[in-house]
This record gives sequence, C-alpha cells and structure tokens, in this order.
Amino acid sequence: MDLATFGVQLLNAIQYGMVLFLVASGLTLVFGILGIINLAHGAFYMIGAYLAYWIATYTGNFGIALLGSVVIAFGIGWLMEAFLVKRLYGRDHLAQVLLTFGVILVLDELRQLLFGKDVHSVPPPAWLSGTIQLTDNLSYSIYRLAICAFCLIVAAIIFYVIRYTKIGMIVRAGAENREMTRVLGIRFDVVNRYVFAVGIALAAFGGAVVAPISTVFPGMGDGMLILSFVVVVLGGLGSIAGALIGALLIGLTDTFGKVFFPGVASILIYVLMAAVLIWRPNGILGRREI
Amino acid sequence: MAELTSTSSAGPAMRAVGLHRHFGGLRAVSDVSVEVHVNEIHAVIGPNGAGKTTLINLLSGDLSASGGDIFLGATSLTRQPPHRRAKAGVGRSYQKTTIFSDFTTHENVRLAAQAHSARPLKMFGGVHADDGVNARTGEALALAGLTERAGITASHLSHGEQRQLEIAMVLATDPRIILLDEPLAGMGQGEARRIVDLIKSLKTGRAVLIVEHDMDAVFELADRLTVMADGRVIASGWPSEVRAHPAVRTAYLGEEGTEA
Amino acid sequence: MNMQSDRQWWFIGAVCLAAAIALPFLVPAYYAQFAAKVFIMGILAMALNLVVGHGGLVSLCHGAFFGLSGYVLALATPGYDPAALWWTLPLALLVTAFAALIIGALALRTRGIYFIMVTLAFGEMLFFLFFDNQFAGGSDGMFINTKPELAIAGYQLFDLDKPITFYFAVLAALVVTIAVLSMLVRSPFGHALAATRDNERRVRALGFPVFQIRLTAFVISGALAGLAGYFAAAQFGFVVPQMLGWHVSATALVMVLIGGLRSVTGPLLGALVLLGLEEVLKATTEYWKLIEGIVVIVLVIAMPSGLRQLLPHVLGRTTKPAPPAKSEATQGGGAHG
Repeated sequence: MDLATFGVQLLNAIQYGMVLFLVASGLTLVFGILGIINLAHGAFYMIGAYLAYWIATYTGNFGIALLGSVVIAFGIGWLMEAFLVKRLYGRDHLAQVLLTFGVILVLDELRQLLFGKDVHSVPPPAWLSGTIQLTDNLSYSIYRLAICAFCLIVAAIIFYVIRYTKIGMIVRAGAENREMTRVLGIRFDVVNRYVFAVGIALAAFGGAVVAPISTVFPGMGDGMLILSFVVVVLGGLGSIAGALIGALLIGLTDTFGKVFFPGVASILIYVLMAAVLIWRPNGILGRREI
Repeated sequence: MAELTSTSSAGPAMRAVGLHRHFGGLRAVSDVSVEVHVNEIHAVIGPNGAGKTTLINLLSGDLSASGGDIFLGATSLTRQPPHRRAKAGVGRSYQKTTIFSDFTTHENVRLAAQAHSARPLKMFGGVHADDGVNARTGEALALAGLTERAGITASHLSHGEQRQLEIAMVLATDPRIILLDEPLAGMGQGEARRIVDLIKSLKTGRAVLIVEHDMDAVFELADRLTVMADGRVIASGWPSEVRAHPAVRTAYLGEEGTEA
Repeated sequence: MNMQSDRQWWFIGAVCLAAAIALPFLVPAYYAQFAAKVFIMGILAMALNLVVGHGGLVSLCHGAFFGLSGYVLALATPGYDPAALWWTLPLALLVTAFAALIIGALALRTRGIYFIMVTLAFGEMLFFLFFDNQFAGGSDGMFINTKPELAIAGYQLFDLDKPITFYFAVLAALVVTIAVLSMLVRSPFGHALAATRDNERRVRALGFPVFQIRLTAFVISGALAGLAGYFAAAQFGFVVPQMLGWHVSATALVMVLIGGLRSVTGPLLGALVLLGLEEVLKATTEYWKLIEGIVVIVLVIAMPSGLRQLLPHVLGRTTKPAPPAKSEATQGGGAHG
C-alpha cells in the first residue's frame, strides 16, 4: 500500500471515527447523566438522515437541511423525554430496553409512512464538494474533511458547555449527586429534558451529516446503534474521552480491516470488543462499577 | 473479661500479618497485623478513617491486599476471592445490611446453609429435601432469636431484626471466624441489647472480630482490643492495657472534635 | 408455595395439556399451525426468562442463538432430502450451547447495562457472520426444502412434514422445556441464581461462585433458545440472517414482560398474547408495527409486572411484584471527559 492510499484510508478512518464519536457521545451523555440506555438512539440517526434528505430535496439547500433535521430531532427528543423517558427513571433495565424498543418500532413505521422504504442519496453542498490537494500525491474529498471539522466543532462546543458554563456545572453536579442538587432547588426535570434532547440531536446530526457520503436507507439506524454501543463499551460508559478513543479505534479497525481482511472485516470490531472486555470489563476509561 | 486463659493451643483461628492496602496515593491500611483466637471476641476500634472497614474487607476478600498475608489456621487466604474464603470458614456481616430483601427470613438463612452443604448447586430436587440444610437453618434461626419471624419477607423486618438475620445467615454457614462490621450501627437501646447478647453467644467455639463505634458495647464484649488510627495499629492487647496506653489516649483525646 | 396452590397449578397444567393435545383435531389447520408457532416462541421466551426474570440479566443475544440453531438445521439438511432429527437436533443444541458458552463467558464479565450492550453486540456479530458471508446463502439465506424426520435404520418413525406430527413434536419440546425449567427454578441451583438477582454481594459472601452460576444458566437458556430455533426454521422452511437479529431478542423480551418475569410459564402466555395481537393487527392495517410499538410502550409504562398485575384473583393468589434492581438514575450517573 503506498503512502497516498494509506493517507486516504487513514483520513477515512478518522472521519468515520469522528461521526461515530459524535453519535456515541450522545448515547453516553444520556446514560451518564440520566442513567437511561436508549436503544432508539440509532433510529434517530436514521431519522436525521431522512429528514436531511427530505428538507434538502424540498429546499435545495443542505445547510438548512442539516439545521432543520437537528432542530426537529431536538424537538422530538424533548417531547420524548417529557412524556416517556421521565417515567423510566428509577426503573430497571428491562423497562428501559423495551420502552425504547417500542419507540424504534414506532419511528420505523413513521419513517415508512412518510418516506417509504426507498434508498436515497443527498448531494453535498456545492461549496464543499470536490476534492482538495493535500500533498503531491494525496487529494481528499473536501466534504469528508468538513465532516471531521463539523464533528470536532460540535464536540468542542459540548465540552465547553459542560466544563465552563453554569448549565454545564448543574448537569455535572446532578450526575454526581442528584439528591444534593435537588435540595439546592435546581429543577432537574428541565435539565434532563435538555440533556436527552441534545443526545438525540447528536444522533440526528450524525445521520444528517453523513447523508451526502453514504446512502440513506432504512437499516442504517440499527448498524449505527450497535457501533455506538461497541464504542461505549470500549471507551467506558459515561466517559466522553473514552468515546473518542473507542470511536477512533473502531474507525481504524473497520477501515483498515476492510482493506486487509475483507472477509472478516465486520467481525473484527467485535473481536476488538471481546479483547477489551477481557482486559477491562468496564471499558478503557470506564468507572469501576455500573 | 480481663483475664484470659489460653484458649487455643493450636494458634489463632485467623492471623493477618503486615497487611497493606493503598488506593492510589492514599494508604488506607499500613502494616496491620491482627490475631483472632477461638472463643474470643476481638474488637477493633478507632476514629473515622482509621481503616477499620478496609481491614474487614481485606480479611473477607472483598478487597485484595496490596501487601501482607492472611491465614485461616494453617491455610493461606491471601490470594483467595471472597467466595472461596467463605467456603473456607470466613463469615461476615456488612455495615450496610446486606440480605435478600425479596426472600423470607427462613429462605435467607436456608440459602446460607445451602451454600455450605455438600451439593450447593444441585440442579434438581426441591430445596427442602436436604435434612442437613434444614437442620442448620433451624438452629441458626433459633440462635439468632428469629424463629417466630421466619415466614416474614426480609424487607419487612425491623432494622434490628435485619441485623439479627444477617448474623443468622453467617451462623448457618458454620464459620470458624465471624467478621462483624459495625453490627450495632443505627440501633436503639432495646435492639442493641439483643444484638450484644447475640454476639456474646457467637464466640463459643468460634473466633469473632468486631469493628464497632459503640464503646459501651465494645468494653462489654471485647476479650481483646486493637486500636487503629490513620491505617495503622497503635495498640493491641487486653482491654485494660489498651485503655491505659498513652498513644490511644492521644488518638482519642486529639480527635475529640470528631465523632468516634 | 403451599400444597394447595401447588395442586391448583398441576390441575391447570393438566387441563391446558389436554386442550393442547385435542386442539389439532378440533380446529382448522391454520390455527394448529398458529398454536405451534406460539409454542415455539414460548420456548424461546421461557428460555430467555431463565436468565432475565430469574437471573436478573437482560440479554439481547438470544435471538442469535435462535437463528443459529435454524442455520445448523439448514446446513445439515441434504438438498431435497429430510434431515435426520436424531442427530441434527442434538447438534443444533450443542452448537447453540457452545455459542452461549463463549458469548456468556465474555459478556458475564460485565454487569448491568454493559451486559445488555455486549450481548447485543455479540448477537449482531453472529448476524454479520451469516449476512456477509456466502457459506449459508448470505443475505438471501437458505431453504430447508424438506422438514426433518426421525428414522432408525431406514424405518421412518415420524416425519415432520406432516402438520399434525410437527405440532406434536413441538408440543413435546414445549412440555420438556417447561419441565426442565420448572425443575431448575425449584432446585438449590435455581434458588442461588435467584439470590444473585437480589443481592450479588451477599451471594458471593456466602460462598457461591456467582460467575459459574450465571454462565450455567446462560448456556442452558441458550440451548433451549436453540431448541425453539430448530423447530422455527423447520416450520418456516427457510432461514435468513434476520432470524439472528436483535429484534427477535427484543420481541422475546416483550413476551417475557407481558407474561411476567417471575414465573416459568408466564412468557408462554406472553407469546400467545403478543402473537395473537400481531395476527389481529396484521389483518387490520399495513402499519401494524406502529400499533405494536405503541402497545409495547404503554405496557412498559402501565404494567411493569406484566399481565399478572391484572389477574390476581383469577390466578388464585396475589403475586407481589418484586422491586426491580434500581437503575443508575437514582444514584446519579457520572459523565466525565
């Protein structure tokens, strides 16, 4: 493999990893702060992609499509927490699994109703299409680089909010010690709603942003769900940094796996997960017990 | 209580030598050695943060030691996980009541007896078939004074009764040594009295190590006393000696402001 | 459990069995086929419940065991001839048990939510194994052209191609499953397993090897899921990778929820209710899954202990719903990074 091809594959791996990271952070955020495992997370990734396709076709503008799908997903997440998820707090895992599974069934059928079972593709915005020359031999898709940039920006925003703003502090405090913060009079129902909606929006953003480079198809949610879970298991539940490490590991394993071991590429990820589990049952950066 | 005749010519039932445990930079337990003899109650006391609960966790295997050794009789337990130590004869109660809240009192004790039966994980046959298990269950319940409450779901027992239950479960496993982690915590006078009497009855034929804050109970129960502070043993021996020990006075007088 | 209610259960069981035996002679073939399907899914759901309801572990990979067993049958069926039941069934069970052993040994190193995610991931791994590779037909799956038969020395004892024979074979498998699970649950092993659900730390402190107990339950449960999968594949006449998918696992969990986690036969009832509901919905609307999704959501919110919550008096005794293991939300999570 020559250097240029290696460079392209490496960049692909990173770009793939970045999207995975963003989607997985939504999952780990919801779990870390609300204690809820949301199986419908992948379904929102799919919804984000379909919404982006629909809005882009309707308005002709990808930027609006991206924004629109995120906003709509945020709204759905907000409603979902208000009516469904908040009844899950304090309940056992089976309840969480089944309720969110029910949501997947509903979302799948709604998507079918609204958009059918078709496979779609979305063209990237004109100013981001085409390739850019990185080195003498290496040119790379601008849009893919843009995805990396988008993801990093969003991740940085979230990191900044959690670390340095008042609401971030409240969120972190609530995660550490729910009782105490309640005593201080902080309204957790609203905070929970925001956190959940942001988690959902992250998944939808992931789906929307990859729509131009991958096909928009009904099963894309399931695939992303499993991968997000593997990322979180690798990195440790509740850890954003762990999600980054896990996502990059998966991105590299999957991309280079497909190049060197095409037959077993899809299984390599699980082998990796099994290996990490043997060494660190709580993930690379996970907390001691769950 | 003050005078002790030699109770075990065969040596202590349990012996810990030079135990160390650190959590990152924090030394929770440093160079702690302790011996517990049969027919004796050995109390471990000290201010908060002295490392007493860590010590019990090290002895039961819930925590692995960073250094040092633990012997049950002649057998080394140092590398053994908690369930192996339990099988070897180490019984313990937890500071926070750890029972099976969904099961009845009887079932709780029966499970403990089952654990030490010949075929604890038999996959056929009902649970009431084993006479040995039934007998041990009945005895343990009687010793702990819970026979009348046997049919009640454990979560419905009073706090004191739950403590009695935990001790009954330990008894049903026929242990050589019993480790009690603050058994009197959160108890009213009447309940505490019952537990103290129960603990006194435990030492017959067994060794007992108890970590407690309630000083009245400690001095009533203890045949031997060890004082810990900052993860170290600062005095150990007969209660009368230990009370007079200068380092102990400093540790307690110096810590007057904090609750002991 | 007192003697009187025990006798009550035996009576109810005997009545149900008699009804089940009479059924195929009394109703049109379609309903007998439907009943067989309920039995099959009931076996899967009851098997799953050993681990979920009794062991307190939510597993999302039992669908993979179910589908894997079907694939073993498909791969062992020679062309257009029937497979020999006497060795293909044990083989399928063995393969499934082995898969459960490997996956369980890895997954049981984790707890709580990690366990759920890991079982989901391993289940999907098996899915991709069959989907991406051509040795079993890839995404198209394989046909099972003739159903298995039981023959000794060339003399055919029974042939599952006949619907009545198939029905009774499945009924026999169901009875065996109920017998095995009931025995396990009542045994010392079963009590120890239930205790691990209630207070793992105490179980360990008593001297029980928790990992071994759980792994054993997981393997038995996986093998029984394989039993269901074998007959399911035989009934459909084909296998596709979707039969390994986690939606199958989740559907089985719904059946467990409907029927109640605390009983052995509850999930069978759950299978009947869910499959019955599906039949009715499918006949009514094209978007039946939407309704099913809503029903599941409502069920979870309104009836955490399943239908048993509605029928305390009919069943002759109240089943107090046991408090479930608290999720992390009550203690607060901890995002850091």
